[in-house]
Amino acid sequence: MSTRHEAAAGVPPRNAGTAIEVRELVRRFGAFTAVDGVSFRVAAGEIYGFLGPNGAGKTTTLKMLTGLLRPTAGHAIVAGLDVARDALALRARIGYMSQKFSLYGDLTVAENLELFAGLYGVQGERRRERTAWALRMAGLERGTERLTGELPLGWKQRLALGCAVLHEPPLLFLDEPTSGVDPVARRAFWDLIYELAAQGTTVLVSTHYMEEAEYCHRLLLMNRGRVIAEGSPGEIRALATEPIFALRTDDAARAVAGLRDRPGIVEAAMFGRAVHIAVADAHGAEARIGDALAAAGRSCDHLEQITPSLEDVFVSLVRREGGAGAR
Amino acid sequence: MSEPLVRVSGLTRRFGALTAVDRLDFEVAPGELFGIVGPDGAGKTTTLRMLAGVLPPSGGDATIAGVSVARDPEGAKPALAYMAQRFGLYEDLTVRENIDFYADLYRVPRRDRPARRERLYRFSSLGEFEHRLAGALSGGMKQKLALSCALIHQPRLLLLDEPTFGVDPISRRDLWLILHEMVAEGVTTIVSTSYLDEAERCDRVVLLHEGRTLALTAPAPLQQRLAGRLVIASAEQPRVVRDRLRAHPAVRRAALFGTAIHVVLEEGADPDLLRAIEGVSDVAWGEPSLEDVFIDLVAAEAAEAA
Repeated sequence: MSTRHEAAAGVPPRNAGTAIEVRELVRRFGAFTAVDGVSFRVAAGEIYGFLGPNGAGKTTTLKMLTGLLRPTAGHAIVAGLDVARDALALRARIGYMSQKFSLYGDLTVAENLELFAGLYGVQGERRRERTAWALRMAGLERGTERLTGELPLGWKQRLALGCAVLHEPPLLFLDEPTSGVDPVARRAFWDLIYELAAQGTTVLVSTHYMEEAEYCHRLLLMNRGRVIAEGSPGEIRALATEPIFALRTDDAARAVAGLRDRPGIVEAAMFGRAVHIAVADAHGAEARIGDALAAAGRSCDHLEQITPSLEDVFVSLVRREGGAGAR
Repeated sequence: MSEPLVRVSGLTRRFGALTAVDRLDFEVAPGELFGIVGPDGAGKTTTLRMLAGVLPPSGGDATIAGVSVARDPEGAKPALAYMAQRFGLYEDLTVRENIDFYADLYRVPRRDRPARRERLYRFSSLGEFEHRLAGALSGGMKQKLALSCALIHQPRLLLLDEPTFGVDPISRRDLWLILHEMVAEGVTTIVSTSYLDEAERCDRVVLLHEGRTLALTAPAPLQQRLAGRLVIASAEQPRVVRDRLRAHPAVRRAALFGTAIHVVLEEGADPDLLRAIEGVSDVAWGEPSLEDVFIDLVAAEAAEAA
């Protein structure tokens, strides 16, 4: 099982150079420490995923790595440059797609591409080539005169990605690029990320979609400004400590309500129409779950222990670290 | 069958030459949890805005508890709560002040407020942050506060436009707990979502594509459409193998789900044929998810249009 997951993203680059080196990075806002001593390393050519609850410090870290925010303490070397000293030079070597839609809604598709080509100093023949490439990639060859604000979200995001890499940066930062994008468009977007990675681009991407986390070579899980886990999706999955049971029942919502806060049951949550139940101890768990369901007047159609999903592990690791913060 | 709370008939909305919502028909029974799903631009938000009485229809009508949203948009509003994708929280007010503001807006009697607030705090875990400014909350907490504000007047109908947009898996669980609690208490809920595992939890869903209805049914029968035709292939190099599968004559569609490849076979094809494909390490029958069906229906629709 785990070998398959290890290889999820294909063969990770071996003996590659370092694209990002972060040491004890800290960022404080007044009394609040948003990023609290974060260290990690990303190899050139890797797809590196950032996971964590809202407010864990992912965006703040990304902003420091892209030179948009000065670190309070610590160091980050990105594409060979110190982000605190060389923020401007850094801009030419990276692409950044922020969480908030970054294109001009009242400009046409072609105008946005021209604007970003100008900003990145992409000139002449290369500009023609790159904008043609971006249009092809976004599937907007026949939509150049459309107002960007009127495009469906999935297309906007593909165009934003095209704009972010017009200058062919070796490093790409994507902050929740697929939030709210439908499943079909989300897959198309990830095909683009893979295309870029196959050409040697290092990609650092944050996401709340656990199936997207599976597409990454390695993952960093943050909570309350700190790193709580790091590794390949298979390695992260192996950190699961609580056994997980999957339940099929006639009314999953009421089953969840009946199972929460019962002795021996750590967590119960819906997973599609099934219920995933984290228990403190697998021994005797089936009987305890059955009792709790009977007490709640719910039937138990099918119950089995399963391999924890990445989401189960994510929730359990964050809980172990004191739960998610409020900001 | 009880009288529907929501009746939608021929509901249409045009923006210039674009028909965003095209003759929708559906009914929602009291107490039902009803999902609106579809690709970006399918008309989900436009439909919810019309139901909420904030956007007049170009044609057709919808009634909420018998009140027409076309003729009497204000008349339907007291019965419903609408949480738009960008809900109007006041960032410079505290959690408590935001909730009180919405309680004032909807004229919730003062004596009822403490009990309702406490209940919402219990579900949302917002109690310990009561005095924090809304602007200083995380995205997930903001969504929970927005939902709490929408629920303070105990509406009969709850309209939610992608409530879990950009929300982490933990807050997503919390939000769904609140929703289920509301449904259990009899609040009729219509929710749009881009997470199809969420849509699977609904009693019924309408699947929209380019403003039109592709399907209107409970999720389980929809998933049965692919029964006996969905297989899951494993591979060391999923992306490469997916492309090989797509080129195979027995394969109608192949898509990545995390690290697995979900394959929809052509009618009557033998799944063992796939074992011969280079790089395929295993093949097993799969239980179709709503996402499998969604991809299949939308792709079929797109192929027809091309």
